Amino acid sequence: MLYGLTILCAFLLAGEMIARIAGLPIPGSVLAMLLLTGWLLMRRGVEPRVARVSSGLLRYMPLFFVPAGVGVMELGPRLATEGWAMAAVIALSTAITLAVTALTLQWLLRRRR
Amino acid sequence: MNTLAAHWQQAWAWLHDFPALWLVVTAAVFLLADKAFRLTRHFPLCNPLLLTMAGLALALTLFQVPYADYFRGARPLHWLLGPATVALAVPLYLNLHHVRASLAPLTIALAVGGLTGIASALLLGQLFGLSAVSLISFAPKSVTTPIAMAISEHLGGLPALTANVVIVTGIFGAVIVAPMMRLLGVKDLMVQGFALGVAAHGLGTARAVQLSQTAGAFSGLAMGLNAVLTSLALPLILAVWPM
Repeated sequence: MLYGLTILCAFLLAGEMIARIAGLPIPGSVLAMLLLTGWLLMRRGVEPRVARVSSGLLRYMPLFFVPAGVGVMELGPRLATEGWAMAAVIALSTAITLAVTALTLQWLLRRRR
Repeated sequence: MNTLAAHWQQAWAWLHDFPALWLVVTAAVFLLADKAFRLTRHFPLCNPLLLTMAGLALALTLFQVPYADYFRGARPLHWLLGPATVALAVPLYLNLHHVRASLAPLTIALAVGGLTGIASALLLGQLFGLSAVSLISFAPKSVTTPIAMAISEHLGGLPALTANVVIVTGIFGAVIVAPMMRLLGVKDLMVQGFALGVAAHGLGTARAVQLSQTAGAFSGLAMGLNAVLTSLALPLILAVWPM
């Protein structure tokens, strides 16, 4: 487990550093994901030790959002003034974006076949 | 009796300073919530993330624990988001042939979806009478938190408001995705994952991983690409948007 975790964290460090030094508009962790994908392409395969840690982490990904997510409770006072309008905008806009993206992609994929 | 009370107080103070207290509580609540999600056969409102957050917010309010204290305690979990995002490279690599085969549809869907996210937030915000500052803070809401905050700050929004809006967006997307895709008749998990990544960033990706690792991979890819698209397109859109 330590080997896989070390690989993932080494790529994370590299991604964060490169994103900062080059001033890129993507998060370091996402850049690290792309770097690791490139590395796997070069090696033409996933080492089982890396694959095991990867699926272990991904299984609990929602858990890792909890500490940041609980911060929504700090929103309290602002909700009183613009709250309902804000909730409506988020709900509608998110639903529309989700639907438009999914339908566009599905339509394009089907049209090609 | 007095010694018992004193011991109790001592133990309580120790617990309060115990570094792993909030780690244990967060993980335990999450495991329970995950069980509830499975027992209710994935009922959307029993989304484990939603239940865990609600439960913890309630507990912190009841025991009068400031959020900053909680966050300090639960920080190692927060930090694991980094390695977990990198871990998405494995399913992404295993699905690369899908990406190559559908490069054009994926690119077009990303552009259409990303721009819809920005435009719908601005239009609806104006419709519901949000202030200009709130509008700018809302516009990058479909992008992962650190980038959305940076964009918002750069363009004159409120980064703290953006952070919360981004998270609520992510939770909402994760909660409605299953019923919505059933309604629209979208069965392809790759399509569902990609849409989740465009509309609901990392929280959407975390939900997509539960659908399948393939859905998670496409969600992670879409999340990264939409972060780039939004940070490039939003300044241009705001420059010409009538406010």
